[in-house]
Amino acid sequence: MKNIAIGILGAGALGLMASAASATTLDTVKAKGFIQCGVSTGLAGFSAPDDKGDWQGIDADFCRAVAAAVFGDGTKVKFTPLSAKERFTALQSGEVDILSRNTTWTINRDTALGLNFVGTTYYDGQGFMINAKKLPGVNSALQLSGAAVCVQSGTTTELNLADYFKANKMEYNPVVFEKLEEVNAAYDAGRCDVYTTDQSGLYGIRLTLGAPADHVVLPEIISKEPLGPAVRQGDDQWYHIVKWTYFALLDAEELGITKANVDEMKNSTSPEIKRVLGQEADTKIGTDLGVSNDWVVNIVKAVGNYGEVFDRNVGSGSPLKIARGINALWTKGGLQYAPPIR
Amino acid sequence: MASQEVLREEPSRGSFINDPRVRGIFYQAVVVIVLVVSVWWIVQNVIDNLQRLHIASGFGFLNGRAGFDISDTPIAYTSDSTYGRAIIVGLINTIIVAVAGIITATLIGFIVGIGRLSKNWLISKICTVYVEIFRNIPPLLVIFFWYSGVLAVLPAPRDSYNLPFGSYLNQRGFYFPRPVWGEGSWLILVAFVVGIAMAWFVARKARQRQMATGQQFPVFWTSVALIVGLPLLAYALSGFPLSFDFPKQSTFNLTGGFQVKPEFLSLYLALSCYTAAFIAEIVRAGIRGVSKGQTEAAAALGLRSGSILRLVVVPQAMRIVIPPLTSQYLNLTKNSSLAIAIGYPDLTATAGTVLNQTGQAVEGVLIMMVAYLILSLVTSAVMNVVNARMALVER
Repeated sequence: MKNIAIGILGAGALGLMASAASATTLDTVKAKGFIQCGVSTGLAGFSAPDDKGDWQGIDADFCRAVAAAVFGDGTKVKFTPLSAKERFTALQSGEVDILSRNTTWTINRDTALGLNFVGTTYYDGQGFMINAKKLPGVNSALQLSGAAVCVQSGTTTELNLADYFKANKMEYNPVVFEKLEEVNAAYDAGRCDVYTTDQSGLYGIRLTLGAPADHVVLPEIISKEPLGPAVRQGDDQWYHIVKWTYFALLDAEELGITKANVDEMKNSTSPEIKRVLGQEADTKIGTDLGVSNDWVVNIVKAVGNYGEVFDRNVGSGSPLKIARGINALWTKGGLQYAPPIR
Repeated sequence: MASQEVLREEPSRGSFINDPRVRGIFYQAVVVIVLVVSVWWIVQNVIDNLQRLHIASGFGFLNGRAGFDISDTPIAYTSDSTYGRAIIVGLINTIIVAVAGIITATLIGFIVGIGRLSKNWLISKICTVYVEIFRNIPPLLVIFFWYSGVLAVLPAPRDSYNLPFGSYLNQRGFYFPRPVWGEGSWLILVAFVVGIAMAWFVARKARQRQMATGQQFPVFWTSVALIVGLPLLAYALSGFPLSFDFPKQSTFNLTGGFQVKPEFLSLYLALSCYTAAFIAEIVRAGIRGVSKGQTEAAAALGLRSGSILRLVVVPQAMRIVIPPLTSQYLNLTKNSSLAIAIGYPDLTATAGTVLNQTGQAVEGVLIMMVAYLILSLVTSAVMNVVNARMALVER
C-alpha cells in the first residue's frame, strides 16, 4: 500500500518534470520520422483521399512540402482528418504538427487560440450555392430572405452568414451540422435551399452532388477568407520552417523552377536561383533554418512549385478548373508574394 | 503462555504501528493526500500548459458576442447575444427534448410493457417485436433512421402533404397553425388553471367520500368537464378572442404558423422509441414481480380485471419499476447529446460551437459536464421523491 502510494507520487513528480522540459517540434518530428498533418475530412481540391486512399489537394501537398524540407522525402507525412470543431484542439494539444485544413486566418485564432498562421496558401471568399432547377428566379444572394441555409458549425462561415443576413436585413433559417459530409447530404436531400461556404469549397462540393449541373454558385462573395496552414505558438523554429516552405513554393514559381527542371536549374548561371537551390558556396541558409541546404530542391522535387500545386489540385489540371485569379503571383497581378530567400 | 502474556502487555502500548485503528487512519490519510496531490497536479498541469501555449483562459469569454445564429431558439436569441446565452439556449433545447422524450417514452413503454403480458397473441407478439428491434439497435442509428429514412424523404415544401386543420408536413418539418391570443384571452388561461385546481379538489373529496362511505363518484368525467369545459366557457364569454396564424407558401419555405423542425422530430421520436423499449421491459418485470396471489385475492374480492391492474398490480409494480426507470430517464437525457449528428442545437452542439469559436476547450467541456451533471442530479432527485411517495408505507 505504502509502496503504491510512493509509486503514484513518484509518477506524478516524473510527469511534472516531463511536462516542464518539452522538446522542440522539429526534434519530436525527427524522432518519430514523419509529420502529423491535420487535414479536412474530405474537401475536393484541398484535402481529400483519392480512390487509392492517398490524400490529395493543396493542403495535403503543403504538408508533403514541409516533409520534403525536413526529411528530404515528401512521403513522410501522416494525415489526420479533422472536423472544423476538432481542428484547433488537435493542434493545441500536439496531436498534429501542422494544421493544413482550409482554415481561415483571423486575429482571434492567431492570438486567443494560441496559433500562428504561416501565410495564405489560398485567397478565398465565402459564397452561396443554390439549386437553380428548384429556384429558377434566384440569381443574387440578396434574394435569399427566408431561405433555409446549410452551414458547417464552428467556422468563420457561420459567423459571416449571420453578419451578412443581418446587414442586409434578411431572415434565414440556419441548418447547422458539425461534419462537412452531413452538410453535403442535407443540402443534396433538399433540407435547405442554400449551401454556404468558401467559394472554392462550393465548386468542389458541387462535383460530389447527385446532379452537379443543377446547382449554381451565386456571384456574391461576402467575406475575405485567407486560407492557410497554422502551427502552435511558442516554437519559432518550427514556425519558420513551415512559413519558409510556403515562401519557397512561391519563390520557386517566380524563378521558374519546376518539378521537371529543378535538377537542371541547379547548374543555372543565375546567382539567385543557385542561392535558392542551396548551390552557393558555403551556404548556411538551410542549416540556419534547421533543415538541409538543398531543402528547396527537395520541396520542388516532391510537389513542384506553388503554381504546379495549384494547377494539379484546383486549377486547369483538376476537375475543379478554378482560375488562378487573385491567387496568381504578384508578378502576374495576383496577391501571392514571398520575401526573398537570401 | 507466559511469554505471550508478556508480549501482549508490553508492545500494545509502545508500538502503535500495529494498532489497526491507527493503521486505518494512516492509510485513509495517505489515500486522501494522494488524491489531493493528483487533482492539484492535473489542475496545475492544465494551467501551466495553457499558459505555455499562450491560450487565453477563464470564463470571461461567456460575455462576448456570439455572432452565430441558432435554428431553434426557445428564448430570445440573435447573433448579437452573448456566448453564455447561446449555451443557455442549447441547455433549454436539451431540456425540451429530454422532457418531451421522457413523457413519450414512458407512455409507449407502459403500453408496450403491459401489452407484452397481454393474453391476446397478436398484441403480445407485436410488443415483443417492438422491444427486440429498438432495444438492439444503437440509438444513433435510430436517430438516423428517423432523420434520413423517414423525414428526409418527405416531399419538398412546394409539394407538402396537406393535413387537417391547416397543417402541413414536408422535409423541412411539421407546420401547424399558431394560436394568436387576442384581447381578453387571459381569462381562458385563468379558467384552465381554475379547472385543474377544481378537478384536483373534486378528486380529493371523492376519495375521502369513498374511504368514508364506499360510494364512488365519476371523478374522471367531472375532471374532463372542468378542465376542458371551463376554458371553453371563458372563451365564449370573452367574445372568441382566439385566432390562428396559418402556415403559407413563400419563395423558399412555408412561413407563418408553428414549425417543428425535422431535427427535433427525429431526435424526439428516436429517443422516445429507443428508451421506450427498455422501459417496456422494466414495466414487464415490475408487473411480473407482483405475486400472483395479489391478483387472485383481488379477483376473489370481486374486482374487475381493469380495476385489479389499476388498483392492485400497478401500485405494487411501481415500487419495482421506479428505481430502474430513473436510470432510463438519465440515459435518455444523456443520449440527447447524439443530436449533434443531425444538427439539433442541443447543449453539446451549441456549447461545442462556442468552444470552437472561442477556442476555450477546457472551459467549454467543463460547462457541458457540469450542465449534464446538474440535469442528471435534478432528474434523480425528482425521481427519488416519487419513489419515496410510492414506497411501501409501514403502518
